[in-house]
Amino acid sequence: MSDTPIAIEVDCSTGIATERPLTADEIAARDAAAAQAEADAKAKADAEAAAAAAKASAEAKLAKLGLTADEVAAIL
Amino acid sequence: MANPTLFQLATTTVGSGGVSSVTFSSIPATYTDLIIKASLRTDNASNLTGLITFNGSSSSFSFRQLEGNGASVASYNGTTNATNTENGTGTTASTFSSFEFYIPNYAGSNNKSFSVDSVTENNATTAYADLSANLWSNTAAITSIALAPGSTANFVQYSTFTLYGVRNY
Repeated sequence: MSDTPIAIEVDCSTGIATERPLTADEIAARDAAAAQAEADAKAKADAEAAAAAAKASAEAKLAKLGLTADEVAAIL
Repeated sequence: MANPTLFQLATTTVGSGGVSSVTFSSIPATYTDLIIKASLRTDNASNLTGLITFNGSSSSFSFRQLEGNGASVASYNGTTNATNTENGTGTTASTFSSFEFYIPNYAGSNNKSFSVDSVTENNATTAYADLSANLWSNTAAITSIALAPGSTANFVQYSTFTLYGVRNY
């Protein structure tokens, strides 16, 4: 793989696809997007973990009330 | 009743070495809607969220997303140009995500709403099914669309991207 990232551009007026190295500005924008993507991924993972923890907590509380696993699954 | 017809405008398949983005440029304004169908995989270890830009702009985007991962469902929202979850190298080898972008009234003078429907492939418990409602708050006609894998990753060889124009008359 080359050191400089490559982009494909397909011109819809001609159908011709051209590969070219990214410009310095495009690389800078890509790096900024990478930082944002990492932050987004962390926020998403945190949200997934919080949802899973809340679900487990709810299941435990319902089990203490006497619901069976099938009954808990039916309402969650 | 309208009789939608699809026209293939452009297609590309990623070669060896991968690419950091795929752009469809000089999109004619002669269709009603646009569809992009993509089969893609990135070279990033974990699954990434893809990015989309219109006319070179990555600003004024927002989205709401529903996601199932094989164990639970969740919803997300944001104000970025993020799209949906893509296969990374942590998924089963040689499997690719399936994406469909639907962009109605892309050449009109209103803000541009669009949807992204996708699934990841993985021979394991966790695989993602995403459905997103997205908005680009910009009234310009869309003349170019770029897709990137997110982070500093690349789309891997054999990823394919095809742009269709839809005529609803």
